[in-house]
Amino acid sequence: MLITQLKPKETIASLVEGKVFVINCHGCKEVSFPEKEAVELQKELEAQGKLTGVITTDYICNPENMKLRLESHKQEIDAADMILVLSCGVGVQTVAEYFEDKKVCAACDTYPLPGFQGVTPLEYDCDQCGECYLNITGGICPITACSKSLVNGQCGGAKNGKCEVDSNMECGWERIYRRLAQLGRLDVLKCPTQIRNYATEEKTEA
Amino acid sequence: MKITEAFERGEFVVTAEVGPPKGIHIEHVVEEAKTYLSGITAVNVTDNQSSVMRLGSLATCKVLKDEGLTPIFQLTCRDRNRIALQSDLLSAAMLGIENLLLLTGDHTRMGDHPQAKPVFDLDSVSLIHTVKQLESGVDLGGNELVGEPPKFAKGAVVSPCSDSVDAQLAKMERKVAAGCDYFQTQAVFEPEKFIKFMEKAKQFGKPVQVGVIIPKSVGMARFMNNNVAGVHVPDDMLEELKKDKEKTKAGITGVEIAARIIKECRPYCQGVHIMALGWEAKVPELLKQAGI
Repeated sequence: MLITQLKPKETIASLVEGKVFVINCHGCKEVSFPEKEAVELQKELEAQGKLTGVITTDYICNPENMKLRLESHKQEIDAADMILVLSCGVGVQTVAEYFEDKKVCAACDTYPLPGFQGVTPLEYDCDQCGECYLNITGGICPITACSKSLVNGQCGGAKNGKCEVDSNMECGWERIYRRLAQLGRLDVLKCPTQIRNYATEEKTEA
Repeated sequence: MKITEAFERGEFVVTAEVGPPKGIHIEHVVEEAKTYLSGITAVNVTDNQSSVMRLGSLATCKVLKDEGLTPIFQLTCRDRNRIALQSDLLSAAMLGIENLLLLTGDHTRMGDHPQAKPVFDLDSVSLIHTVKQLESGVDLGGNELVGEPPKFAKGAVVSPCSDSVDAQLAKMERKVAAGCDYFQTQAVFEPEKFIKFMEKAKQFGKPVQVGVIIPKSVGMARFMNNNVAGVHVPDDMLEELKKDKEKTKAGITGVEIAARIIKECRPYCQGVHIMALGWEAKVPELLKQAGI
């Protein structure tokens, strides 16, 4: 089981740029979703005239299904400057992959709980680290895409774009760099030094 | 002495590196360093290089220091969490070791204990940040240090001939922002790529030492081309190494190539870092040929 918890209000406010399209994932049945807070956030965005549309669904990590849904909301999405995704890290990465040139942001942090996980396609991994980095990595998770889980950029170990540990694995940080370049968002690499927190409250309780 | 003082004096700073042995007898390493490396600014001591377990970098640094050399303590994030790293940094300062080279480190899978747990609690950038914080008298947990805080020259690495050089520059910028004082580069065999890199890197205003390896054989060069990230020995150099086998075996060709690389790069950087990989004895001749 896992918990998706809305990031602090200030964090979300700092992510929002222009008009926003929101995607809520009520997830697999094992996910605990912050429904009340999500509705509140959407109301606020609407009151500010920033909301172009909302999709509320489950299993956004199913790329085929998601593609159809996104196509049916094309107009509202085109009108938005960014997509705000309220889901676990897998969902955010699925959506980010679909929009190559639109900013996709994670509004939630994902925490693990003991018990079953939702059944998800595993191409996009979420480690449920509780401090989602997807907003500063172009929607590609550095914890799972980098074999050292580095959070401040690539090491010097990639050869021909492949990881030093596994020559079949693309260097996660080279993917992140390319993605940010494509989005015109290389400036986010100038963010403060990131230091992982292995004692997120929820983890300690679990 | 801090290596940064030599940069500030405008010297072309020369460093070389030694690897501690897999065992407790260090006499040979010390003898070689004293004989061939005593004339240079400082000597790097590698930290379980290539994830192969060896005698410790810190202990070796202390021995070299006692012998009158200036050691650079290489510290990687592979084997220690933030508590152990900070503790070793305090130990280094207590022993009078003033120079650091801070690295992420190779993955444990690359070495002779592939079963080991890779730590990477911090990485090169957050380790630089941590040292900076210790220097301010506070540890990473926010607790005050007792007494005078340590002060170091904080070095890091960058890979100028990498096939993703722009991403390398972005990471270099993060290291500068975190508080890095100087850089040593991965081995350069393509001076033109290094010069292009320096055109962009000079904006950070930090001294850069070009990394140089003395190529020992065609086999070694090919091995690096196939296995070592950010290193490419061009075809004409491979031919040069192939031409006269005896000359190459004696190290004459390798020294000629390395000296040429240093000469070509020198106008664009602030020093050279020599990775002799066992050929420490050839360092004096290399420097002579390079005109240093």
